[in-house]
Amino acid sequence: MARLTPDNELLARRIVARYPEPKSATIPLCHLSQEQDGWLTEEGMAHVAELVGCTPAEVLGTASFYEMFKLHPVGRYCLNICTNISCRIVGGADLLARAEERLGVRAGGTTADGTITLEDVECIAACTEAPALQVNYRYVERVDEAALDALIDDLRSGSGRAAEFPPHGTLGLVRQELGADDLANVSPPEDQDVPGWFARHAEAAADGGSGS
Amino acid sequence: MSERPRPVTITDPVTITVDGRPVEVQRGELLIDACERNDAYIPRFCYHPRMEPVGMCRMCLVEVDTGRGPALQPSCMINVAADMVVDTTSEQVAKAQDGVLEFLLANHPLDCPVCDKGGECPLQDQTMAYGPGESRWVEEKRHYEKPIEISPLVLLDRERCILCDRCTRFASEVTDDPLIHFVNRGSNTEVNTFPGEPFSSYFSGNTVQICPVGALTATPYRFKARPWDLERTESTCTTCSVGCRVTLESSRDRLVRINGVDADAVNWSWLCDAGRFGFEATNSEDRLTEPLRRVDGGSFEPTRWSQALGAAADALRSTDPDRIAVLGGARLSDESAYAWAALTKGVIGTDHVDAQLGDGLPVEVLDLPGATIDEVCTPGGTVVYLGPDPKEELPVLFLRLKHAATRDGVRIIELTPMATSLAPYAALGVHSRPGELAAVARALVSGDVPSDGVAGVDADTLRSAADALAAASGPVRIVVGRANLAESGQVVLDAAVELAALPGATFLPVLRRGNVRGALTAGLSPGRLPGGGRLGRDDDAWSSRWGSVPVSTGRDAFGILRAAAAGELDVLVLLGADPLSDVPDRDLARRALDRVPTILALDTFVNPSVARAHVVLPVAAPGEVDGTTTNLEGRVSRLRAKVTSPGTVRTDWSIAADLARRLGSPWSASSVGALRDELVAGSPRLAGTSWSDLEGAESVDGVLADLSGVDPGRIEPTPPPQIDSYSLRLVATRELYDGGELLRRSPSLAGLARPATVGISVGDAERLGVADGTPLVVRGERGAITLPARVSAGIPRGSAHLVHRLDGSDPFELLSAEQVACDVRVEIA
Repeated sequence: MARLTPDNELLARRIVARYPEPKSATIPLCHLSQEQDGWLTEEGMAHVAELVGCTPAEVLGTASFYEMFKLHPVGRYCLNICTNISCRIVGGADLLARAEERLGVRAGGTTADGTITLEDVECIAACTEAPALQVNYRYVERVDEAALDALIDDLRSGSGRAAEFPPHGTLGLVRQELGADDLANVSPPEDQDVPGWFARHAEAAADGGSGS
Repeated sequence: MSERPRPVTITDPVTITVDGRPVEVQRGELLIDACERNDAYIPRFCYHPRMEPVGMCRMCLVEVDTGRGPALQPSCMINVAADMVVDTTSEQVAKAQDGVLEFLLANHPLDCPVCDKGGECPLQDQTMAYGPGESRWVEEKRHYEKPIEISPLVLLDRERCILCDRCTRFASEVTDDPLIHFVNRGSNTEVNTFPGEPFSSYFSGNTVQICPVGALTATPYRFKARPWDLERTESTCTTCSVGCRVTLESSRDRLVRINGVDADAVNWSWLCDAGRFGFEATNSEDRLTEPLRRVDGGSFEPTRWSQALGAAADALRSTDPDRIAVLGGARLSDESAYAWAALTKGVIGTDHVDAQLGDGLPVEVLDLPGATIDEVCTPGGTVVYLGPDPKEELPVLFLRLKHAATRDGVRIIELTPMATSLAPYAALGVHSRPGELAAVARALVSGDVPSDGVAGVDADTLRSAADALAAASGPVRIVVGRANLAESGQVVLDAAVELAALPGATFLPVLRRGNVRGALTAGLSPGRLPGGGRLGRDDDAWSSRWGSVPVSTGRDAFGILRAAAAGELDVLVLLGADPLSDVPDRDLARRALDRVPTILALDTFVNPSVARAHVVLPVAAPGEVDGTTTNLEGRVSRLRAKVTSPGTVRTDWSIAADLARRLGSPWSASSVGALRDELVAGSPRLAGTSWSDLEGAESVDGVLADLSGVDPGRIEPTPPPQIDSYSLRLVATRELYDGGELLRRSPSLAGLARPATVGISVGDAERLGVADGTPLVVRGERGAITLPARVSAGIPRGSAHLVHRLDGSDPFELLSAEQVACDVRVEIA
């Protein structure tokens, strides 16, 4: 499977319709394609190009700029271990070495069973919770060797904490539906009332709620 | 670098200080241009005067003081404002340039001795002029697979690339073929294509020309010569009639490269790949190098010029002039065309002469008031486009029109049998049934639109188009050419005459062949004399020079072929013409060439028609000819010979002069310049284009002839053909890469033509139950051809589209000179 499925293509067309320029949907559609296949395939990029009306080379140019679009197959779980300064001080590099040993692959590699891709990443902005790592970009914080071992076992067996992590590529953002009043640039600014989200935030704040 | 600075007219002057000198420049223009025009050239890599600036390379940093003290600014991104103080040579600037070069060289290999760019490389030159002299870098440089083929014509050595964005900007901005793009990020950034989607643009060679390093190289030139061994001369491309200015570059007397020259009125430095790489045909081993004569057994035998010319002269002398005809001449220079006009009309005395082969337009189209390319592209203007797909036939004109539509607010109304490459940029597409164009034009001009539409165009579309024409702010410019080879050219002329009623309408005739306008202007057309003169009206000017002129108007190409087929011709001269391939009635061409007893052919190759000739005279090819050429606008520019012709090849005009002498005529020709001056002296409308006029510095890009309209005489409108509701109407077009002589003889271009298909509309495909690739039989009165289907949204319902001269069956097999339009039955094979 590589091109978008009929269902995903329908969703893709709805996403394209959110933007004044179809090409603006390039990144959301790349996410959708990656969510479908776990990585961004050539056929997927070519399909995105068709849907947004540009050339596949332009989609490749955009997708290859971003680390989080994987242009090669990755495991079901991307295990990103931070080895930048705060994490390194409290053992981030040791965690990476242990993960390499446990998984039998070097950073950047994928286990033979296709379950886990191990990555050595720069700061993931969780210094207060160092050492930190991510599984499919969901944080696991204050990790020690025992916790890492347990996590790897869970991910490999698909039990325990594995349930917390949807497969690589899954992003809630792609499937979020926007109300008509949330769309950008559907009418000239001078014709717009206060946007819906602004009013909702104000109401929530008045209720003492957290908003969002 | 070699680009000419962006031309500017100062309408809103401001004064700035450049290196201590006050200079007057145009408000808002780019600082880099303003400085260059005022003798302060600023080094640059990414900036190109014909593309939007991007500020990628940082080489053009200068110190600019706008009142807050001097600061380094990239001069390609700064618009000039009053009182700017600019220093292009300060210590800070020199340090910045030094630093930028050091960074650019961090990963750039020092392989200049084996790099094709070495010797003409902006990076090499500017490193010598502004660079650090020594490298502090000891780190390993990047390595990539060398080279990768980004198209069949262009190779990329990625490690040499300095990421200036010129090629990628060209692809997206100038041609709108964004098939190359920056891929990856940071120090891993590279230019590349999508896997399996090559940079197959008709304009890909331009990226090689504008690459400021040796990253992009063209296969025909790679490793062929060193820049310091090249000899260059400026000339004009005659591959099509746009007339792009070029440099012909040779090494050891062989053409090795052609580059575009920035002629502001014409090609803006761009070339198409057929024009850029077609020089390979001139170098071809297949060239005719000595005269040939058919011997008794039927095969050709080499002969001497004196014998070949003697045989030709004998044939011409012993034949009634009314039984002699000349076809072709659009390949010739203006002077050769004039010499042949003088020979045929003056010396021999026949008017059966036509430079077109029934695939152009009636010559009266040149009598309509003319418009230049610049006028057609006037910002804010309105254009009615009544021609062939410009990207396929006149590629650089396509670039100008696309630029006008996307950048300068020109509204293009396509009035074509099917969508062309201009469709994405056109304001409106009006696609009428072939053969009924004049009725559509009449409705547009009058605004009188019947509710059921006209000629297959619905009323709403017609009304929008008529409204757009009525709302045009200035005079409407009309581009007129032969959009459909399966439709009589007379139909197009009829439509143009209708559109001439629009106030101030002017016309750009887009006849395709290299110098077809020059040949027609030189008199190679029935009823015409040089300089737009008419037989019967302007006889004196020419009979005084030639001795006589024909007494009655002769036949056009179809008429000549009909006469030949009926046994009414004894001698047919082919001036670089291939009727068997190019006449849109193959059956007529075959019957004609079978019947004529004597065929004389002047050509560079043995094409199918030359193969039928009795005497073959080898002539000079592009790059070997001195003289002038006339582009589709009527702009006369110099052709210069760069290389020596092979064998005993001669020029067309000297053959005409020799034959005139052998026929005992007092008319003779001594040189190209004398022929030019004789042509101009007798032609008031060519005033200002004499040989010496064209030598001036200001006429380096050519001189326009008089374009004012003249009375074309009475033009009988063609009655529209009957509609046969069971048939599809044929649209026959050309593509840039076809099986034509130039391409077949250019190894780099041969093989780029796509296989033939038959295009049908989405509606007709559904009706017939056809998908892409379904084999279809296209049946006409003349026969049937079978080709795979191509379903296209650009084709209107009721039409079928075939392309001439692709690898496969040819639409010309189905066409008849007697028909206004061609109806065919299409069914599944």
